[in-house]
Order: sequence, then structure tokens, then C-alpha cells
Amino acid sequence: MRRRTAFAGLLFVCLCLVLAFLTLPIVAIFTDTSPGALISSLGKQGSLDALWLSLKTSLAALLIIIVIGTPAAYLLATRNFRGRSVVMTLIELPLVLPPAVAGIALLAAFGPKGIFGSALEDAGITLVLQTAGVIVALTFVAAPFYLRQAQEAFAAVDRNLIDAARTLGAGEARAFGRIAIPCAGQGLTAGMALAWGRALGEFGATLMFAGSFPGITQTVPLAIFAQFSTDFTSALALSAVLVIVSAALLLSVKLLGRAPFLGGGQA
Amino acid sequence: MRRTGALASLAAGCVLFLSACGGSSSSTDSNQLIVSAAASLQTAFSNYANDAGFNAKQSFAGSDELAAQIRQGVKPDVFASANTTLPDELHKDGLVGKPVVFATNSLVIAVPKGSSIHSIGDLAKPGTTIAIGDPAVPVGSYTREVLDRLPSSESKAILGNVRSQEPDVSTIVGKITQGAVDAGFVYITDVVATNGQLEAIKLPKSLQPNVAYGASVVDGAQNPDEAKRFIDGLLHGKGAAALKQAGFKPPPG
Repeated sequence: MRRRTAFAGLLFVCLCLVLAFLTLPIVAIFTDTSPGALISSLGKQGSLDALWLSLKTSLAALLIIIVIGTPAAYLLATRNFRGRSVVMTLIELPLVLPPAVAGIALLAAFGPKGIFGSALEDAGITLVLQTAGVIVALTFVAAPFYLRQAQEAFAAVDRNLIDAARTLGAGEARAFGRIAIPCAGQGLTAGMALAWGRALGEFGATLMFAGSFPGITQTVPLAIFAQFSTDFTSALALSAVLVIVSAALLLSVKLLGRAPFLGGGQA
Repeated sequence: MRRTGALASLAAGCVLFLSACGGSSSSTDSNQLIVSAAASLQTAFSNYANDAGFNAKQSFAGSDELAAQIRQGVKPDVFASANTTLPDELHKDGLVGKPVVFATNSLVIAVPKGSSIHSIGDLAKPGTTIAIGDPAVPVGSYTREVLDRLPSSESKAILGNVRSQEPDVSTIVGKITQGAVDAGFVYITDVVATNGQLEAIKLPKSLQPNVAYGASVVDGAQNPDEAKRFIDGLLHGKGAAALKQAGFKPPPG
């Protein structure tokens, strides 16, 4: 009996350590400066520009990821082909790449001196130091989060439902749109939230590939870095916004996971 | 019981490991020197620490970022900045000792080899792309000093061609060597460090800002004696030699 109590006590102490270590820094963002000062520093032009740019670029990246990623994930979930696991590994690789490596990789591929640099130039497309470059960087780092979730969600859809739709005369595209997507809705939404959160937080790859210019390429994380040395309060205020948005995203993932109207119950 | 014991010792091990990696390392390693230095000093300081046998842990970043870290309570032993204002301000606030000017540098326009840009006037041409430092980092404020001395139409045209405001010199250099921009304002020493990848276009004397580097022993440093020895060596001896080799000039007088 005593042994069990000691063990339970140890578990409890470890959980307390984990909780304190992970939450204290985040709480400090909100308590270091008065809420009034935080809110008023958000009204500064530089901060507003950064927030607006982050919103635009992350949503654009998310749209690209959903439109192209959803069918791709469906294929991976429903077909077995040679080299499928290699493809899966390649797609997941950006998940574990350090951001600086992602930045170098994007430059090496799409930079002016990169392997596709001259092709892009001939087509009149410039990505580096442009808003489009930010979107490319965000898409690169965030896409795997969605693809992974979507692939798992599609794989969990009951194969019989789709087969039934097909025997009732639905084409494959129709079965995909009317059965598979609604049934996988919960997983897809979770994937979107995770990818969006990752895109909002992107720093290293953006700085290396897209640079930092207010209103053009300076997203919220880059603005936080730029303001850190001169205006700590503004940097804190922007950080607080990112914390709140990220927490809202995480919470919505958890809540949507339980919502039956998204097909959470059926799959 | 055995498993509980194992888990407990594992947890204790984690704590021990962290404390060994943290502040207590200086007690086991009394000569270790922590240096926070401007990104433009990277080559010179790395060579100096090697040549002079310092057991130095150096971190290089924009001087403003390093100064902000010190304001937030980070305590390296030496702070070396690409200007004198940041160490002066920190000294006034009682965070670092009296700064010593140990080197000067010149601001130049860096371009890739064979560039069609030959003077500051060429930067004002439409379609030219430029990277400069963020206003907070010394290289960025020196650059604005230069542009302020130009006729306003010319400086406006140049600022209009700026495509990125970078957090330190190393990312400006990266943008130029990768061809992301046509030119950038950096120090002559940064161009020297690229081993011929970039060329420097000197600024006319009337435009050249006074780029002086200041270093201080940080108040509350773990190792103030070693820090003092490090800074002294920048003025005479191996540090001065490494600075000279990297293209820095000695302080005036």
C-alpha cells in the first residue's frame, strides 16, 4: 500500500513539474506588462501590418494546402502502391526539419540561384522577398501537418460506406465528395487547425527565404523579433495575440473532435 | 518498488543533467568565458579565441538583440557591440562596465562579383533591389545615417528599392550571395569574410559614418578577470591581430 502511494506521489510531482514548466512562460507573457499597455501597443502601425500580413499569408497557404492536399491525402489513404511508405516519409519530412534548413532548402530550389530559379525568372515569377515567398514558406512547413491528419482521417472512413455509394451508382469523385469528406470531417478540421497554427508561428524559413519587410514579408513572428530589442512591450503584445489565437485553434480542434455534425460519431 | 526507484532516479537524473548544463558549469570549469558579440565580429573573434587559447563560448547576433538580452537579465562575461551607443546606454544603466573602443570598421555597398552597380548612385535606379539592416541593429542605423546625408530625392529612391530589413549583417550577406537582392549595406569586414564572392564599393568620405566597436565586461559576469583579459587582447596582441586580418582598423588615437 505504501509503495503505491509513493508511486502515485511521484507521478503527481512529475505532472506538476511538467505543468509548471510548460505554462509559466506563457502566463508570464500576460503578466509582465499591464493589459492596457499590451492592447494600446497593438494599435501601432507596424503591429497591425504584421497581424494583417500573417492573417493573409497563413490563410492563403491553408487554402493551397486544403485544395491540393485533400485529394492527395485521399489517394494515399485509399490506394496501396509500391513506394507508398517512401512517399509518406518524404511528405512528413518537413515536420521534423529545422526551420533554418527549410529556409536554405527553399532558397536552393526556388531562389534566384536555385535549381528552378531561372525557370521561375523566365516565367516572370519572383518569390524571394515577396509576399508570395512567405506563402511558399508557410505552405512548405505547414502542409505536412494537414496531409498527415487528412490521410489518417480518410483511412479511418469505413470502406463499406464508400463501396455502398459506388454500388448505388455514385462515381468515385462523388463518393469522395459526398461520403469520404463528410465522414473524415473531424480529422480534416483538426489537420487544418494544426497546419494553420504552424503557419502562423513560422519564423526561420520566412526570414531566410522571404526576408523581413514591414507590410510585405514581415509576419508576426518576424515583427516580434524586430521589436524585441527596441520595444519589448509591443513584442509582448504581439506574442500575446499569437498565444491567444493558437490556444483558440487548439481548443477548436478538441471541441470539433467531439462534434457529431462533422461526422465525428460515424467514422 | 524497483520500478518506482528507477523512475525516481531517472527524474533525479534529469534534474542533475539540467543543472550540470546550466549555471553550475562555471564552477567545474573556472576559465570558461561567455562572449556576446556583434554578428560582424564572428570571423575575427572566433580566430582570436582559438589563437589565444580562450575557453570561450561565443554567441553572435545583432548587437541590439544581445543588448536586449542583457536588459532581460542574461549575463555573458563580455559584450562587444558594433557601435558605442548600446554599451554606453547599458553602462549608464549599471548593467555593464565602462566600454572600451577596440576597433573601427567602414560601411560599404556589397555586390556580387561582376555586378553592374558601381556607386551609391546606381542604387537609386528603378528595379535595383537592396537589403539593409533593421533600424534597431547598428548596421541599419549607420545605413540610414548615410542615406540621410544624400539629397532627399536620391535617398528616397534608394529606400524605395529596399526589399528587406534584416536582423543582422549575416542575413544581409546571405541575401546578396544568394542573389535575392542586387546589393546591400554591410561592413567591409563582411565582404572580406566572403572570400571573394562579394565585392565592396567604398562610400565617398563625406558619407562614411563613424563605425566604432565598443566592448564591456558585463556587471555580475561569472568570470570578470578572464573577460578583462579578453578585451585587453583586442587592443594589443592576438585579438588586435585577428581583427586586423579580418579587415578592421584599430581605434583612433
